[in-house]
Amino acid sequence: MMVYLLCLVLFCVGLYCVLMKRNIIKIIVGIIIMEFAVNLFFVLVAYRMEGRAPILSPDAEILNMVDPLPQALVLTSIVIGLATTAVLVAIAMRIYEKYGTFDITKIKELRG
Amino acid sequence: MSKEHEKGMSIIVKTITRLTVGLILLYGIYILSHGHISPGGGFAGGVIIALSFIHLMLAYGKEVALKKLSKGVASFFESIGALLFLSIAFLGFTGGYFFLNFLSKGEPFKLFSAGIIPLCNIAISFKVGAGLFAIFVALVLLKPEKGDKK
Amino acid sequence: MIELYVLLIFMIIGAIVAIEVKDLLSSVIALGTVGLGVSIAFLVLKAPDLAITQLVVEILCVIILMRATLKRDTSFSITGGRFLTTLITVGFIAVFLFVAKECLKDLPEFGYPVMKVAGTYLREGMMKTGAANLVASVILDYRAYDTLGEATVLFTAVIGVLALVRRIGRKKEGIKIREEDE
Repeated sequence: MMVYLLCLVLFCVGLYCVLMKRNIIKIIVGIIIMEFAVNLFFVLVAYRMEGRAPILSPDAEILNMVDPLPQALVLTSIVIGLATTAVLVAIAMRIYEKYGTFDITKIKELRG
Repeated sequence: MSKEHEKGMSIIVKTITRLTVGLILLYGIYILSHGHISPGGGFAGGVIIALSFIHLMLAYGKEVALKKLSKGVASFFESIGALLFLSIAFLGFTGGYFFLNFLSKGEPFKLFSAGIIPLCNIAISFKVGAGLFAIFVALVLLKPEKGDKK
Repeated sequence: MIELYVLLIFMIIGAIVAIEVKDLLSSVIALGTVGLGVSIAFLVLKAPDLAITQLVVEILCVIILMRATLKRDTSFSITGGRFLTTLITVGFIAVFLFVAKECLKDLPEFGYPVMKVAGTYLREGMMKTGAANLVASVILDYRAYDTLGEATVLFTAVIGVLALVRRIGRKKEGIKIREEDE
């Protein structure tokens, strides 16, 4: 249970960064930390004590393996995380082009 | 600083890149093709193949890298990967339902076994590798300009 | 499982360094070490497929982020005194962690998963699909539809980036055609 709580603390560190920082690149770093924490949480749920990796080998008979289903889900999620990071970085570069700064308190065109 | 970035890095980096970029491509193809026997698969193999081309672009500047794999060729490969994956899925209709594993299973632990899984791995690696390389080329070619502040 | 605890503490310290340091380049490099820690944690948790994929994806992520931040001249982040916002945020995170601690008691204990569906995959996976790598047989045979959805998401992301970066009709230096209107 302590392991799950430490993983959630990593998620909360990323959440704090998204809520409190003013620089867009810092916000992107916070979102990436949150994605890492969620992927790690899924693989923690799938672990089995004294388990082996879910790959069969031709010479030995392997009896207890870890759960392969959350590992399959996380494999997809890692690559999708990279795709969303690329879109966020493209948006940040466009914002820099238009406003000349990365500070989000100076981007006020939609208000007022 | 943008001018030096486009011309490439120093001579040490260029020499090491010339030696290792072929090995990185070969390693990516190995991880991709043994995806059903040992850890790896289509996603990791595709990203490693994209990394080898990105390594070439970072070390030599973008003209040399775009001669090896231009933007049109990268977009062609990505579409081919997606269409190949879909067509393998539709061919499952010949056996019964969508995505049926219809090729012969073969003996386990050999390279040509496990039905459609190696073909699907190759299609996925085309898509992921070419897509990530296209993203990187698009982000590099965006020239930095100062915007017009209102 | 002492190495898992050491890795988690290392990752938390690396994440705190990544968000607090003022230089943007150091922050991105600290993010790289957090990703490396996640990859080693995947190895300790017996998931070699995921460790390879996480390592190369994190390398690519750090390269893309560095490309965006290195060439700009704002390399420091401005912090101001915002006491009320900090208080509300810390309070919210404390409530979240407290409620999560109560909820985590319902999960099965760490190391003893309930494998109702995965038991079938483990027993019959090799015979029915012929693949020795059971994770590959799950993503490409038992749940291939999810992989099709993921390929679609990647395709959409590539189209999104290319649409954001494209320049239409910039004719002269002073006159720029506004492309936000389309």
